Amino acid sequence: MTAPIETARPYSRAWLLSEEPASRHQAQLGRAYVIWRRFSGNRLAIAGLVIIVALILIAAMAPLIAPHSPVIGDLAGARLRPPLTEGYVLGTDGQGRDILSRLIVGSRITLAVVALVAIIAAPVGLIVGTVSGYAGGWVDAVLMRVTDIFLAFPKLVLALAFVAALGPGIENAIIAIALTSWPPYARIARAETMTFRRSDFIAAVKLMGASPVRIVLKHVMPLCLSSLIVRVTLDMAGIILTAAGLGFLGLGAQPPMPEWGAMIADGRRFILDQWWVAAMPGFAILIVSLGFNLLGDGLRDALDPKEGGQ
Amino acid sequence: MKGTETTSVRAGYRRARGIMVSVARFLVVLVTTFLGLLAVTFFIGRVVPIDPVLAIVGDRAPSSVVERIREEMGFNLPLWQQFLIYLKQAVTGDFGISVLTTHPVIEDIGRAFPATLELATVGTLIGAGIGIPFGVIAAVWRDSIVDQIVRIIGLFGYSVPIFWLGLLSLLVFYAQLKWAAYPGRLDIAYEYTFVPITGLYLVDAAWTGQWSIFWDAWRHILLPGALLGYFSLAYISRMTRSFMLNELNQEYIIAARAKGLSEARIIWFHALRNAAVPLVTVVALSYAGLLEGSVLTETVFSWPGLGLYITNSLQNADMNAVLGGTIVIGAVFIGINLFSDLLYKTLDPRTRN
Amino acid sequence: MTALLTVKNLRVTYPTRTGVSEAVRGVSFSLGRERLGIVGESGSGKSQTGRAIMGLTARNAIVETDMLKFGDIDLMRIPARQRRIMRGKSIAMILQDPKYSLNPVMTIGRQIVETLRTHERIGNREARQRTLSMLEAVQIRDPERVFTLYPHEVSGGMGQRAMIAMMLVCSPELLIADEPTSALDVTVQLEVLKILDKLVGERGMGLIFISHDLRLVSSFCDRVLVMYAGKMVEELPSANLKNATHPYTKGLLNCLPQIGVHRHPLPVLDRQPEWAA
Repeated sequence: MTAPIETARPYSRAWLLSEEPASRHQAQLGRAYVIWRRFSGNRLAIAGLVIIVALILIAAMAPLIAPHSPVIGDLAGARLRPPLTEGYVLGTDGQGRDILSRLIVGSRITLAVVALVAIIAAPVGLIVGTVSGYAGGWVDAVLMRVTDIFLAFPKLVLALAFVAALGPGIENAIIAIALTSWPPYARIARAETMTFRRSDFIAAVKLMGASPVRIVLKHVMPLCLSSLIVRVTLDMAGIILTAAGLGFLGLGAQPPMPEWGAMIADGRRFILDQWWVAAMPGFAILIVSLGFNLLGDGLRDALDPKEGGQ
Repeated sequence: MKGTETTSVRAGYRRARGIMVSVARFLVVLVTTFLGLLAVTFFIGRVVPIDPVLAIVGDRAPSSVVERIREEMGFNLPLWQQFLIYLKQAVTGDFGISVLTTHPVIEDIGRAFPATLELATVGTLIGAGIGIPFGVIAAVWRDSIVDQIVRIIGLFGYSVPIFWLGLLSLLVFYAQLKWAAYPGRLDIAYEYTFVPITGLYLVDAAWTGQWSIFWDAWRHILLPGALLGYFSLAYISRMTRSFMLNELNQEYIIAARAKGLSEARIIWFHALRNAAVPLVTVVALSYAGLLEGSVLTETVFSWPGLGLYITNSLQNADMNAVLGGTIVIGAVFIGINLFSDLLYKTLDPRTRN
Repeated sequence: MTALLTVKNLRVTYPTRTGVSEAVRGVSFSLGRERLGIVGESGSGKSQTGRAIMGLTARNAIVETDMLKFGDIDLMRIPARQRRIMRGKSIAMILQDPKYSLNPVMTIGRQIVETLRTHERIGNREARQRTLSMLEAVQIRDPERVFTLYPHEVSGGMGQRAMIAMMLVCSPELLIADEPTSALDVTVQLEVLKILDKLVGERGMGLIFISHDLRLVSSFCDRVLVMYAGKMVEELPSANLKNATHPYTKGLLNCLPQIGVHRHPLPVLDRQPEWAA
């Protein structure tokens, strides 16, 4: 009855889809392949992935591909030029700076904000959630009460107040956003932990004498990762929008940094006559947020097909 | 007949007790969450700045003034005593004096809050009024045009910066098409003659029969209200769709069809009534979210609400005003959140007992 | 005399990505004011047959038949609205689990009143009276109390009785009971069956009793129809069950435990592909 798996050529389709993988390596690759097939069947998700990859490439090569300086403009010769002017594809701003170049260099700031917030907030949420879920009892009660309190706060206003106290600046904006975005991750990690806290494999590890710290680190956390990654990806758009909002209010990146939200604030003065100064950075934010949303939706559907249709 | 009366009275008692228990639990959660909010704002106001006195008087004040203020404000006391004083002040609504306006912060907030409330209410009415029917139709006719529209509206709404969309809408609807009025709540001509009662201009003007002012206020609120309404719509329609899909797959829908009910009654009465239980939470969350989201919208539309008050104070380093505004928005936000939980429980008979 | 229900060559198919999946493939029978049992394992198409008669198959299902008549009414020809009005009034259906098939946010009383008021123009007071007497008819001892209760507040047996009351309150002529007792405790099963038995007998209704339990069906129904893979493999009076000719029916019968007989190994159902052909 068993299929002749031994004959499947390594790394072939049949080998990847084998029901009886011969090694852990094969099993992991096979699972990744199945997820990738589900993901790549979704055209919108692929569009999202393309946008994000493009963003990363542009950010990496920003100084090479930016046609002009993002900071120093041609005040005398090229102020407020409309889009498609010779040499300035997206036009120039009030200080004669090339908007395209500022957007290209600004992609680094956007990417840095998203990455840093994820790096700070996700581990905090993961630790709080897994410890809370695994420990149970009063530890759980206290940690979840704190999480709920943070969840009940208005995120943007609280971030505003934090930045107001810490002083404006991109670093403080990142800290403020991270401080307000960990609670949902804690909730998710806790829910995941609860589902297998009492399972046999945890009991088996316990019998082998593993300490609670080791169990949480080595056995609980890795299992929470996939749903956490999906949630973080879906949150990225929100993080970008919050950061842009702080920048718009003058609390994020400070001039002359080409942060997209601050660029919109800068273009506000010219909105009625030179609309492109404010409009272009907005399009950049919209496209990147859309990319993260599409990618997140696609990842969620690929990793958890049962929720897919909804 | 007598026996049935006592049983229904007993059932009434049981339900009443269920409600009492959830009210008590509600109060405990409310108090702890509110304490948490005050602890965080205390932390932001007193602990994060290196010297809170300097943050108030500025760094050019002579040291004698700094010391006097430090003692007046109790900053020489231990932190926990400061927190107790802070709690007492916050509960009595004493958020200090605004450096910018020289009024007590609570008075400023009292003036600004109705504007924010009015804006968020209009936004939520638009969002729920359009979003719920759209979500229902999208769920009933899956993959239809309406369903696609709901999906696109949702995706766009989750991806677009609200302040940018506000600027563009000003450009298009005010500058180009002249459909909407310029930023602000009223035309300057009315600004000084109109005496508000509740501070909700639409309500006040309608109440006193000043219809020209009502229409003017309406023209002013239309654009920011529609903008907030769009974001609320994106969220509410998407959630409605998902809740309705879940309900329409339940067995009781088949039973309702087997009874011979019309599709309309099954969708709008049976399924929606069940979906309404989680939907209430979503609408409340969206309302609370708009109160917060108004910070950016109010800045764009020069809407003299709490959001504009906070950002203006921020730009002038007026920490009393910023923290006072944060506490009020936070408190309302928390209140709405928890109230929706309570409402959820009364709407769902399964959680009542 | 015309039969209550005539079904000729009923087919239910579902389009899928790889072609079509045929849930019911040519079922024919006719039913008078009697009890017909439909037996089969899960996936045999017995529930789909019931749903197709009700007109309640899923939206993407394709229902075809040479004839589907209720009395003289051709169910496939009449407009959807008329078909809808017949549901609950002429043909009703009881579902498996009252936990899921009653609307959780409506009281039991209101759900029964709703059936009545959909089909009859009557006042509140009368609707309430009739609902209460219907609850009494399904042997609920305290109908006034149960009237005000929500579905989650009653037991499974009580819920299923309320379900029967809800479906029979307009006195339909035909009742389709789709595994009406499978979700209930064994002790409650018999009670609910007795109530169903009594009401069907008293009112002279036709009954289609869908179940996977051959013995239950044979003791409860006049005739038994055995389905396998969407097809009818055998139709015979319950009394003649011993004389079943089809090997699948014999196999099912053979699986029933008998007191005083030890069997090792336990018999396994034999499934031949040609039965499904």
